[in-house]
Amino acid sequence: MNPAAFYPTSTDILRFLPELILTIGGVVLLVLEALTGDHKDKSSLGYVSIGVVLAAMFAVPVTLANPGVSFNGMIISDGFAAFFRMVTLLVGLFTLLCSTSYLTREKSNSGEFYLLVLFSLAGQGIMASSNELIMVFLGLEIASISSYVLAGFLKDDKRGSEAALKYFLLGSFATAFFLYGISWIYGVTGATNLSAIRDALAKGTEAPSMVVAAAALMLVGLAFKVSAAPFQAWAPDVYQGAPAPISGFLSAGPKAAAFAIFIRIFQTSFDSLSSRYEPILWALALATMLVGNFSALWQSNVKRMLGYSSIAHAGYVLVAVTTNSNVGTAGAMFYLASYALMNYGAFAAITHIAGRGEKYVTIDDLKGLASKQPVLAALLTVCLLSLTGVPLTAGFFGKFYIFKAAIDHHLYWLSALGLLNSAVAAYYYLRVISAMYMYEPKTTEHPEPVPAGIQLTMWCSAAGILTLGVLPGLVLDYANRFATFVK
Amino acid sequence: MNILAVLLFLPLLGFVAALVLPAAVTKRFVLVFSLLIFGVSLLLIGTVQLRPAAMSWVTDTAWIDTPAIRFHIGLDATSLWLVILTTFLVPVAAYLSQRTILHRPKEFFAYLLLLEFGLIGVFSSLDLFLYYVFWEVVLVPMYFLIGVWGGPNRIYAATKFFVYTMAGSMLMLVAILFIYTKAGTFDLPAILLQMEMGKISFSQTEELALFLAFFLAFAVKVPIFPLHTWLPDAYAEAPTGATLLMAAVLSKMGTYSLLRFNLNLFPRASHDCAPWIVTLAIIGIVYGALVALVQPNMKRLVAYSSISHLGFVVLGLFSGNQFGLDGAVYQMLCHAISTGALFILIGYLEERNKSLEIVDFGGIATPAPNFAAVFLVATLASIGLPLLNNFVGEFLILQGAAQANIWWAAFAALGVVLSACYMLWFYQRTFFGEAKMQMADLAPREWITITPLLVLMLWMGIFTQTWLPGISASNKVLLDRTMSKTVAMEVTK
Repeated sequence: MNPAAFYPTSTDILRFLPELILTIGGVVLLVLEALTGDHKDKSSLGYVSIGVVLAAMFAVPVTLANPGVSFNGMIISDGFAAFFRMVTLLVGLFTLLCSTSYLTREKSNSGEFYLLVLFSLAGQGIMASSNELIMVFLGLEIASISSYVLAGFLKDDKRGSEAALKYFLLGSFATAFFLYGISWIYGVTGATNLSAIRDALAKGTEAPSMVVAAAALMLVGLAFKVSAAPFQAWAPDVYQGAPAPISGFLSAGPKAAAFAIFIRIFQTSFDSLSSRYEPILWALALATMLVGNFSALWQSNVKRMLGYSSIAHAGYVLVAVTTNSNVGTAGAMFYLASYALMNYGAFAAITHIAGRGEKYVTIDDLKGLASKQPVLAALLTVCLLSLTGVPLTAGFFGKFYIFKAAIDHHLYWLSALGLLNSAVAAYYYLRVISAMYMYEPKTTEHPEPVPAGIQLTMWCSAAGILTLGVLPGLVLDYANRFATFVK
Repeated sequence: MNILAVLLFLPLLGFVAALVLPAAVTKRFVLVFSLLIFGVSLLLIGTVQLRPAAMSWVTDTAWIDTPAIRFHIGLDATSLWLVILTTFLVPVAAYLSQRTILHRPKEFFAYLLLLEFGLIGVFSSLDLFLYYVFWEVVLVPMYFLIGVWGGPNRIYAATKFFVYTMAGSMLMLVAILFIYTKAGTFDLPAILLQMEMGKISFSQTEELALFLAFFLAFAVKVPIFPLHTWLPDAYAEAPTGATLLMAAVLSKMGTYSLLRFNLNLFPRASHDCAPWIVTLAIIGIVYGALVALVQPNMKRLVAYSSISHLGFVVLGLFSGNQFGLDGAVYQMLCHAISTGALFILIGYLEERNKSLEIVDFGGIATPAPNFAAVFLVATLASIGLPLLNNFVGEFLILQGAAQANIWWAAFAALGVVLSACYMLWFYQRTFFGEAKMQMADLAPREWITITPLLVLMLWMGIFTQTWLPGISASNKVLLDRTMSKTVAMEVTK
C-alpha cells in the first residue's frame, strides 16, 4: 500500500470531526481540571463540556456533507452514522445538563466526570461510524471503560461500586466474546472490513460452520451490550446502582450505539446468513420483551423498574432488527431516537426527585408529586405515556413503525405477542403515574426547586416527544432515506 | 370552513386553555365552552339529514407521508347522532360536577374536554390509523377521571380499565397494519372501494383472524360477556360525571365500531360468527340482568343493567337485517339517555346520603315526591315502557332478532322481563316503605340537569321520525353492500 495513504487527508478529518472535537475537548477538560485546583467550584467545567458536546453536534452535519469512508476504510460517514452520532450526543447533552446540579448536590463535582462522559461519547460515535471490526471493538471499549467508571463515580456509595464492578466484569466478558468472534471471522475470511467480509462470505468459504459460530459469538457480545435476554442480568443492577443521570445515559446512549453496530454488522457482513439468524433473533426479541416487562411489574424502585423497562424496549428494537429490512432499520432508528428522549426525560425527573444520596427512589416516594410539583409531574407523565406507547407521543409511532415492519415481513405472531407485551408494560408505567396523581403527598415539606438543567432537559424531551408524536416524518423521513447499507 | 374539523379541534383548544387559565375560572369556562361546542355541533345536523347515507362534512388531507396516513373525517347519520350525543352530555357532566368536584377541579374539567376531543375523533374518523389514535387518546383522560376523583377503590378500577382496553386494542393495531399491507392505505372508504372492485380480498382464515382482532378490542369496550369484568369496578368507582360519560358514550365507542368496522370490512366473517356472538350477547343480557337483581349497590346495579342493555345492541347488530341494525343504533342513543339519567339521579342520592347501598335508603317518595317521580320516569324508560325511548330500540332489536332466528328473540325477551324485576324492585326498596331519613327534593340546578334528558326520553319514545329515517338510510347502504357479499358467498358454496 502507498505509504502516503496513511496520512489522513482533510476530508478524512472532516468525516471524523465530532469524535475529534470530543476527544480534544476531553483532553482540554483534563488540563482545566488540574488548573482549577481542589477548592474551586467545578460546575464551570460542566458548562465547558456542554459547549464541547454542542460543538460536536454541529460537526455532525459536516460529516454528513462529506459522505464516504476515511482512514483507509476504517470509518464510514453516512446518514446512518450521523443519525446515531446525533442521538448519542443528544443523550450526552442531557446527561451533562442534569449532572452539574446532581454532582453539586452529591458533593462530588469534579472535572473527571465530564471528561469521562465526553470520552464515552467519542467511543459511541466511533461505534456508530465504524466500518471495520477492529474499529467497532475500539469504539466499544472506549465507550464501555468510561461507562464503567461513571457507573461507580460516587466512590462512597456501595450500590454504585457494586454496579460498576458488575458492569465491568460482565461487560468485559461480553467484549471478550465479541473479540473472539472477530478473530474467527478474520481467520475464515481474512478481513475485518465489513463489506470485505460480506464479499468473502458471498463467494463461499471452506468453513461455513465456523462463520456461523463466529456470528453467534459476536451476537452474544452484542446482545450483552443491548441487554437482550438471556444476557440482560446486569442491566437492572447497574441502572439501579449507578448515579441517576448516568443510569439514564447508559440506558439510552451506549444502547443506541450498540444497536447501530448490531444492525450494521448483521445487515452488511452477515446478510448471507440472514435466514439462519432470523429465528434466533425472533426468539431473542420475544424473550427480551417478556423478561423486561414481566420483571418490571414487581419493582418498587423506580430506577430498577426503568432498568427492566429498558430491557423490554431493547426487545422492541430487536423485533425491528429481526425483519432485516430497510423499513425495519428505519423503524429501529426512529425508535431509538424517541426512546432516548422519553427515557432520559424519565431519568432526569428521577435525578431530581431522588434527593441527596438518592434516598427517594421508590414508587411510594413519588406519591402526591402532582400536587407538590405539578409541572415536573406533568412532564414525567408525558415521558411515561410515551414509554407506554399512547398515541400522539413519539413512543407510539416508534412501536407503530417497528411492528409495521414486522407485519410487512409476515412476523404476525411476534407482532401480536410484542404488542400484547406493551399492554403489560402499561401496568407498571401507570403505577408511577397513579402514585403521582392519585395519592396524597406523604410529607408536607416544601419541595426543592428543580435545577435549570433538569428543567431544560425535561422540557426538551417532552417537546420532542409530542412533536414526533404528531409529526413523526421529521425524523422518519431522514431514517428512511439513510436506512440502506451498501449491499 | 368545515364545521366538523372545527368541532373536532375546539375541545383540544379548550383543554389547553383550561390548563392555562387560572384555577378559579376553569370550571365555569369548561361549562360555557362545552355548551358552545354543543351549539356548534347542532349546525352539523341539516346537511347530514339531507343525505344521511353519504358522508358529509368530509375533510381529507394528508397527515403523514410514509406510511400514507390521512386526516380523513366525515359523518353519516349514525355517527352524527353519536357526536351530538357526546357534545350534549359533556356540558351535562360539567354542570353536574360544578359542586361535587372540589378536589383539584381545574384538571377534572380540563380532562372532560380532552375526553370530548377523543370521542368526537372516534366517531368521525374515516382513516383506520386516525381512528386508532383517537381510540387510545380517550383512555388517558378517562384513566385520570376515574383514578383521581373516583371512590375508595379508584386506582384499582382505573388501572384495570386502562390495561384491559389497551390489551384489547393492541390486537386491533396488528389487524390494522395487516390490512395496510394488503390495501396500501388506511383509508376506510378507499379500502371498501377496493374490496368492492375485487382488488383486495381476504382468505377465509385471514378474514376470521382480522374480524376477531377487531372484535376483541370492541368487545372489551362495550363490554360483551365474558370481557365485562372491568365495567362494574370502573362505573362504580368513577365520579358521577365520568360514570355518565362512560356509560352513555364510551360504551358506544365499542358498538359503533362493531358497526362501522367489523360489519363493513368483514361481511363474511360477521355472517359466520353471528350465531356465536349473538349467543354471547344473550348470555350477557340474562347474566347482566340476574346480577343486577342481587346487587346491593345502586351504581353497580345500573352498571350490570348496562351490560344487559348493551347485549341487546350487540344482538341487533349481528341479527343482520334492517330492523336489527336500526334498533341497535337507536338503542345506543336511548341507552345513553336513560342510563345516563339513572346515573345522574343516583349521583344526587349519593350526594344527599353519602352512600350507594340500597339498604341505606327507603321511603324517599314521602319527603321528595318530585325526585321520586323523575326517578320513576327514568326507571320506566330503562325497563322499556312504551312511549319512552328504550321501548323503540328494544322493540326493533327483538323484531330483527325474531326475523333472523325466533329463539334469539325468545331468550332476549327474557332480559326485558328481568329488567322490569330488578328495576322495579330497586325502585320499591329505595323510594317506598318507611322513610329512613330526611331528604331534600330536587333543587333547581338538579332540575336543569335532568330536564333535557327527560324531554329526550319522551321525544325519542314518541317522535322517532327525527332520528330513525336517517339512521335507517345509512344502515341500508351497509346492508346492501354486505348482503351482496354474503349472498354471493352462499351461491359459490
